[in-house]
Amino acid sequence: MTEDPLAVSTTPTASRNGAATDVVLAVDDLTVGFPSDDGLVQAVRGVSYELRGGEVLGIVGESGSGKSVTSLAVMGLLPGNAQVSGSVRFRGKELLGARESELNSVRGRSVAMIFQDPMTSLNPVYSIGYQIAEAVRAHHNVSKAAALDRATELLELVRIPNPRQRLENYPHEMSGGMRQRVVIAIAMANNPDVIIADEPTTALDVTVQAQIMDSLQLAQQETGAAMVLITHDLGVIAGQADRVMVMYAGKLVEVGTAEDVFYTPRMPYTVGLLGSLPRLDRPSERLTPIEGAPPSVVNMPPGCPFTPRCPLAVAVCEEIEPELAPTTGPGHLAACHRSEELVGASAGDVFDTDVVDTEALAHFVRENEGQS
Amino acid sequence: MHESGSSAAGSEPILSARNLVKHFPIRSTGLIRRQVGTVHAVCDVSFDLGHGETLGLVGESGCGKSTTARLVLNLIEATSGEVLYEGTDLTALSPKKMRELRQDLQIVFQDPYASLDPRMPVNEIVAEPLRIHGRYDRGGRTAVQDLLRTVGLKPEHGNRFPHEFSGGQRQRIGVARALALRPKVLVLDEPVSALDVSIQAGVLNLLDELQAELGLSYLFVSHDLSVVRHIADRIAVMYLGRIVETGTASELFEGPAHPYTQALISAIPLPDPRKQRARERITVVGDVPSPADPPSGCRFRTRCPKFAAELSDAERSRCVDEVPELVDRGQGHPAACHYAERKTLI
Ligand SMILES: Nc1ncnc2c1ncn2[C@@H]1O[C@H](COP(=O)(O)OP(=O)(O)OP(=O)(O)O)[C@@H](O)[C@H]1O
Ligand SMILES: Nc1ncnc2c1ncn2[C@@H]1O[C@H](COP(=O)(O)OP(=O)(O)O)[C@@H](O)[C@H]1O
Ligand code: SF4
Ligand code: SF4
Ligand SMILES: [Mg+2]
Ligand SMILES: [Mg+2]
Repeated sequence: MTEDPLAVSTTPTASRNGAATDVVLAVDDLTVGFPSDDGLVQAVRGVSYELRGGEVLGIVGESGSGKSVTSLAVMGLLPGNAQVSGSVRFRGKELLGARESELNSVRGRSVAMIFQDPMTSLNPVYSIGYQIAEAVRAHHNVSKAAALDRATELLELVRIPNPRQRLENYPHEMSGGMRQRVVIAIAMANNPDVIIADEPTTALDVTVQAQIMDSLQLAQQETGAAMVLITHDLGVIAGQADRVMVMYAGKLVEVGTAEDVFYTPRMPYTVGLLGSLPRLDRPSERLTPIEGAPPSVVNMPPGCPFTPRCPLAVAVCEEIEPELAPTTGPGHLAACHRSEELVGASAGDVFDTDVVDTEALAHFVRENEGQS
Repeated sequence: MHESGSSAAGSEPILSARNLVKHFPIRSTGLIRRQVGTVHAVCDVSFDLGHGETLGLVGESGCGKSTTARLVLNLIEATSGEVLYEGTDLTALSPKKMRELRQDLQIVFQDPYASLDPRMPVNEIVAEPLRIHGRYDRGGRTAVQDLLRTVGLKPEHGNRFPHEFSGGQRQRIGVARALALRPKVLVLDEPVSALDVSIQAGVLNLLDELQAELGLSYLFVSHDLSVVRHIADRIAVMYLGRIVETGTASELFEGPAHPYTQALISAIPLPDPRKQRARERITVVGDVPSPADPPSGCRFRTRCPKFAAELSDAERSRCVDEVPELVDRGQGHPAACHYAERKTLI
């Protein structure tokens, strides 16, 4: 659909964990639609990116923006009715349209996926020791006993107390946080090249979230894998991601290093999102809500999908959807007609922070004087 | 206005909790539901809420925040302890008296999907408290319209039903309803936790502005430390049913003294790449123990990094045997740790 000559990383990016390396995963013009009674649900629209060895790529975006569908498409895990086009290459090998047997040799081995709900990946009827040992034995020709020793080590690495005893536990005997660490241990046993983690800590308590993120980081460093990290938590992204992609209505709307996106955002949605975050590290400032809701991705009108919520929207925004284009540097791209006008602007300059209709409130107070 | 320390000190608090305790029985399954244990949900909780102040109650799930909120509003019966509203003990009131006072004390719940009656149009949802208290006939219709406009909805939205609104709009409807009786205190239980951040910001700004205009006092319950720092003047941190540390927002974030508060602050990543990567981290191991069988002495000791790594055996025995009191041990604000020590973590 969109012919985007600017694949996401036009420049080699040095990951925080090493020097610039080869592209392990290349996604090109990935487009996913689901037929529905109301028309085609355009879940993903022309997403392109490259992931290099050892790199952490963060994906953020509102609920429904297409983050999960993008990753499920990469893994070949979409339901049968999905209409997928574009290209997904793992180490040069095309995965879209590949046979199931070929996919299986990649999926879970070279590319490991970690979901929000660890039970998606665990089998309830086997002990966790058995499940980790199986993963070990799938890749190394070792005895059962040796595989169990390795399983113990892996559990220790992801900081599960008393790992040896824990081997005999079934998933239901563990807390959500512990199950997620078992999933990470299994991913490590598989020694993947790519880990895709989709909201791996959502719904867990903050202290447990921190433990999981530590384990995930450790797994990534131990295996040298690259990681695609999907999360709505911009703090997690800031701490972990080398590069960040912002999605809106099925498209990438901003891409850059973590510093680019957090310090010099060039797309109003990103600006608003960052301005809407209450901050732990400073006394309160006015927040910038983004009024309205994301558009439906069925029968989308032409133009920029952010138009109805964008304080900067002008006539052209309703007609022409902006392409991703370089901003502060060749690797920092944004999809906005008025990108340059965001130079030096704060979220409060762009978005309105007042929400109360004070006139209505004053009227209410006057009319109800002395009634309470 | 925030962090101005407009705390209860000085003037009389509008609302106080005094040594609140709540035990829930655990019953066996089966026909004869014998009591087989007790959940110690809230244990000796005391705090003051000042006029026009926001007190943030923060902690991880299951620590007793919602139970405390319900106790404070007398929606559930306390096992022991008192709740003083402008000097009156709510736990000792007759149902009739309580009904009258309820107009002053309103609650907004987390789930904007579950807390609004799906069969009622929005006008009726907002009008209902006025009707219940026999106040609708005196200008109720106009009041409902004013309230809807106040929270950013159009009067014509009043004829629609809750499912026709987004999460953020529903939460605004919940706030409009809570305001109908001109309460003095709002108890907000995770009011923004179910919302996307960009929508959450609108509800937080709304609460901010309403407080400034109406002089409301808020008890703001949340598991999200960033939200609490943003909205609260003073903060109480809960762990396994007890308050472990209290202070003004700046005291607590700039010099947390309890190891649990420190771990909590450490666990929240900052949305600032350079800052976040340069931070000192204090991590805790394991999960929260069951409130049916809380640890003796200090309830945090099974996960406390200080207990595990810094203390001598002699020092540890104190953590095991003696419940640490919530007092100021020279840190400038109270912390329930025998070995409280301020740290800078942000
Ligand atoms: N199997 C499916 N059939 C039809 N539509 C689907 C299907 N899966 C996803 N969608 C739609 O595709 C769009 C993108 O969904 P996706 O799950 O990728 O969002 P997301 O960004 O991961 O959101 P969240 O933050 O809520 O996880 C949404 O409009 C969603 O409703
Ligand atoms: N009605 C109840 N019966 C039994 N246990 C309860 C009940 N309500 C809450 N609890 C328990 O009390 C503890 C505190 O719960 P709650 O106040 O809801 O925590 P929070 O709001 O901090 O997540 C939890 O262990 C919870 O399971
Ligand atoms: S293209 Fe127009 S509507 Fe879209 S983000 Fe830019 S200014 Fe706003
Ligand atoms: S009293 Fe002991 S166990 Fe409790 S927080 Fe302080 S040092 Fe840790
Ligand atoms: Mg998703
Ligand atoms: Mg709760």
